Amino acid sequence: MESQTLEKPTDLDLLRLAKTGDFSAFQQLMRELQPRVYGLAFRILRQAQDAEDATQQAFLALIEHIEDFREESSVATWVMKIASNHALKILRKKRGLRMVSMSEMSSGDSYVDMPHPEFIAPWSEPPDEIAQRAEVQQEIDNALLELDEKYRLVFVLRDVEGLSVRETAEVMELTESTVKVRLLRARLALRERLTKKFGDSSQVMIPDHKHS
Amino acid sequence: MTCEELLKALNDYVDGAQLTEICEEFSEHLAGCNPCQVVVDNIRQTISLYRAGKPYEMPQGFQERLQSALQARWEQKFGRSDGQSENRFSANETGSSK
Ligand SMILES: [Zn+2]
Repeated sequence: MESQTLEKPTDLDLLRLAKTGDFSAFQQLMRELQPRVYGLAFRILRQAQDAEDATQQAFLALIEHIEDFREESSVATWVMKIASNHALKILRKKRGLRMVSMSEMSSGDSYVDMPHPEFIAPWSEPPDEIAQRAEVQQEIDNALLELDEKYRLVFVLRDVEGLSVRETAEVMELTESTVKVRLLRARLALRERLTKKFGDSSQVMIPDHKHS
Repeated sequence: MTCEELLKALNDYVDGAQLTEICEEFSEHLAGCNPCQVVVDNIRQTISLYRAGKPYEMPQGFQERLQSALQARWEQKFGRSDGQSENRFSANETGSSK
């Protein structure tokens, strides 16, 4: 992602050119953003065919609405919001009525009975090094893909893709405070599972304050 | 501070809120509580791990299908897709004000 040369046009340069009808600029922008768009769609939809559909629909919508970009956010954020909307639309369609539960308030949407951190230990390796190890990739992916949908979605949008809490709330049609609660549950669940895997078991800690 | 309040404060802290914005009780607690600091680190590491992960590989053939679908749509909208729009090189067009 970070192979910048001095001449490399920014996303914004490319988008401005694309607005004037320059297809090669649009293609270049697409090449930059496509892996992220597809990754977002896959993490939301969990299978390739749907992720392809969402990716394609998102880029078609991008062409459709290219003049609507007001430069109020970064190009990438704008594109990721469009991509999120399309992936969620497909998810809603597949879920049909059951999807109501995605934006409906439910038991997990308060701080009551928030699970407490249990296995606490510093990680024995920095995350960017772990991320390079092919043999753990599946397990890392599974931890996220197996997370309850409503927690997975906010984690993907906010923490993986870097939308703000407000943007995540808009896309998900939730209040910001519900996003925050779900985010906390997602983070705690993933932390627990990944720390059991990557935590240094010789340095396990027991909090001295009562967890109650 | 209840455990729920503590976790809520911890969540805001991970999200970048400054300790001073959260509450004094929490920042005092964090300063003296190693396990809580490690939980914060663990959460940050968890997020970094997903951000640093390799992108999913796109299925073979998808790239080409996507490309032609987009090109067709582009031509429909702009009339051409040879990379040179009418506007791009029209010297008279001064930077349009937004
Ligand atoms: Zn503590």
